[in-house]
Amino acid sequence: MAFEYEKYLRMEKMPHLWCPGCGIGIVLKAMIRSLDNMGWDKNDIAFVSGIGCTSRAPGYIDCNTLHTTHGRALTFATGIKMAQPAKHIVVFSGDGDATAIGGNHFIHACRRNIDITLVVVNNNTYGMTGGQHSPTTPIGYKTSTTSFGNIDPTFDICLLAKAAGASYVARSTVNKGKILEKYITKGLENKGFSVIVATANCHTQFGRKNKMGDPISARKWIESREIPLDKARNMKAEELYDKIITGEFISEEPEKTFWDNYNHSTQEYTDAYQTIIEKAQKSKDGESK
Amino acid sequence: MKKSVRFYSGAELVAMAAIDAGCRFFGGYPITPSSEIAEFMSIMLPKVGGKYIQMEDEIAAMGSVIGASLTGEKVLTATSGPGFSLKQENIGYAYMAEVPCVVCNVMRGGPSTGLPTALAQSDIMQAKWGTHGDHPVIALTPAYLEEIYEMTITAFNLAETYRMPVMLLLDEVIAHLSSAIDLPDKEKLVIKSRRKPTVTPDKYYPYDTAYGDVPPMANFFEGYRFHVTGLSHDKTGFPTTDPELVQADQERQIRKVSSKAHEIFDYESYLMKDAEIAIFAFGSTARAARVAIDNARKMGIKVGMVRFRVLWPLDEAEVLKVCSRSKAVIVPEMNMGQLSTIIEKFTADRTKLVKINHVGGVPIHPTDIFNEIKGVN
Repeated sequence: MAFEYEKYLRMEKMPHLWCPGCGIGIVLKAMIRSLDNMGWDKNDIAFVSGIGCTSRAPGYIDCNTLHTTHGRALTFATGIKMAQPAKHIVVFSGDGDATAIGGNHFIHACRRNIDITLVVVNNNTYGMTGGQHSPTTPIGYKTSTTSFGNIDPTFDICLLAKAAGASYVARSTVNKGKILEKYITKGLENKGFSVIVATANCHTQFGRKNKMGDPISARKWIESREIPLDKARNMKAEELYDKIITGEFISEEPEKTFWDNYNHSTQEYTDAYQTIIEKAQKSKDGESK
Repeated sequence: MKKSVRFYSGAELVAMAAIDAGCRFFGGYPITPSSEIAEFMSIMLPKVGGKYIQMEDEIAAMGSVIGASLTGEKVLTATSGPGFSLKQENIGYAYMAEVPCVVCNVMRGGPSTGLPTALAQSDIMQAKWGTHGDHPVIALTPAYLEEIYEMTITAFNLAETYRMPVMLLLDEVIAHLSSAIDLPDKEKLVIKSRRKPTVTPDKYYPYDTAYGDVPPMANFFEGYRFHVTGLSHDKTGFPTTDPELVQADQERQIRKVSSKAHEIFDYESYLMKDAEIAIFAFGSTARAARVAIDNARKMGIKVGMVRFRVLWPLDEAEVLKVCSRSKAVIVPEMNMGQLSTIIEKFTADRTKLVKINHVGGVPIHPTDIFNEIKGVN
């Protein structure tokens, strides 16, 4: 039997505003299947976003939905989670939203390991504003603000999240919807901050300027650069240039190396705050001895 | 037993009153001279089961309080000039999405980093016009410790009643005052909370004007599953670009405060009955003005003061009524003329206006005001 996406969608808001063939729809469907895997009550889910193409997703989802300011979704989400730690908070963000204007909030949400699941749809560009270069536009590619080729080095969002302290980090692409579903589900299951990067096509803006102006060629370009994490470990740096490393960067059994774990508390933030409440309520004069 | 004397600072009173008003969430970022408010909240909130979080920046602090407010909490953030500038983006969001919150700004010298530890009153126009676009504004300006407590409670009541951010403008001197004061009886406090929907979720619209200019507000996670956006929206909360709907929504948002301006506006009339000279002041400057007025009265000069407890919305008709006998107006303020520009607008045709503008970070001395009173008399 076909999956009933309608159960989670505000069908009266269709048609959506995304371009035909856009990668965001694949990620949103994976998100919906993941929510269904969890079996949560829709009333207990807050779906939060910032600004950009990806950030229009909450409008179509039948949950408590919040479309915030550019880059700031995680700050609103943090307030919601602190106030209601038992509820489920999902954030949908694009590459510019999450790692440029929202970069500071991104690393600090990772650092706190607050129980929020962030899905970053990385289409390598600012689609909504006309295809300008983003922190994930590969070097040499053309955008509406890099007509002579991009010279800005890129962020690897997964390595950034891992270094900053997120407790589940994974990446796949819109060519692998089932794997995205698996990773997002694991992110939702993780009690802590989870980052799932979904590399996606923006053929309309980014593709058009780089000789892949249709969804098929844009997605083939992504597919041609996918390298599984296990394989990447045995490859030389120059072989990995401009590649998309896919897989789970931190899973439930993280590698216990010094560099992976030093200075990272594994405690989830709202759990940690509960201990503060208990300490504060035991102390008489306000400050703990 | 001897009654113990307890000293309170302005910052501590903001925190105490916030808790007493029902505030259970504070999102902040350290900045002089408002940091003490965050420090007090970090101790007081967990004791009552509330939540304190120090965010990574001022923008994030403002975002976090809006998020918490959407779940039904009463929320506070505190900052000073540079942080107030950074918060403006999300303050605008709170206006647009109509999310109740209290923003305390302890004013210091500006622009930019300016005078971090020194007094100013130069953010009163930023409180009114700080974020882009048009919106209603409510800004309170206490001058005494007792008023800080009382008006912090009022700030929460107004934020909840009108479903919007309310600005609590302290200046550095007021926030750092410390004195023994009598606190009001907690049992007698009037505490207001936002109006919640009485309809079932299928009949609920987050911006339903059928209930008046301030629509009832549901909490997240209570079955209403509504949408909130900073985009122009219709009554359902979803984006619209329909010119008539956008126009009507902006007009309603302005009207929800402007139509109640006479109720929200609040001031102290000090010796104004026979006053030929009227002083217009707020905050710590009003305290210096009061000393100057008392000294001038001893010399037989008929001078009084309109002291703004609420600066925005400013009920101009009420102010004009109070100073109808005055032949001259003096406006002492710790900025380059932000308040006097407004006063001038509606008194220019009838009275002489004298400005006293100090921006060096040192309070205006009563003598400075006294000399101007003598000058215009």
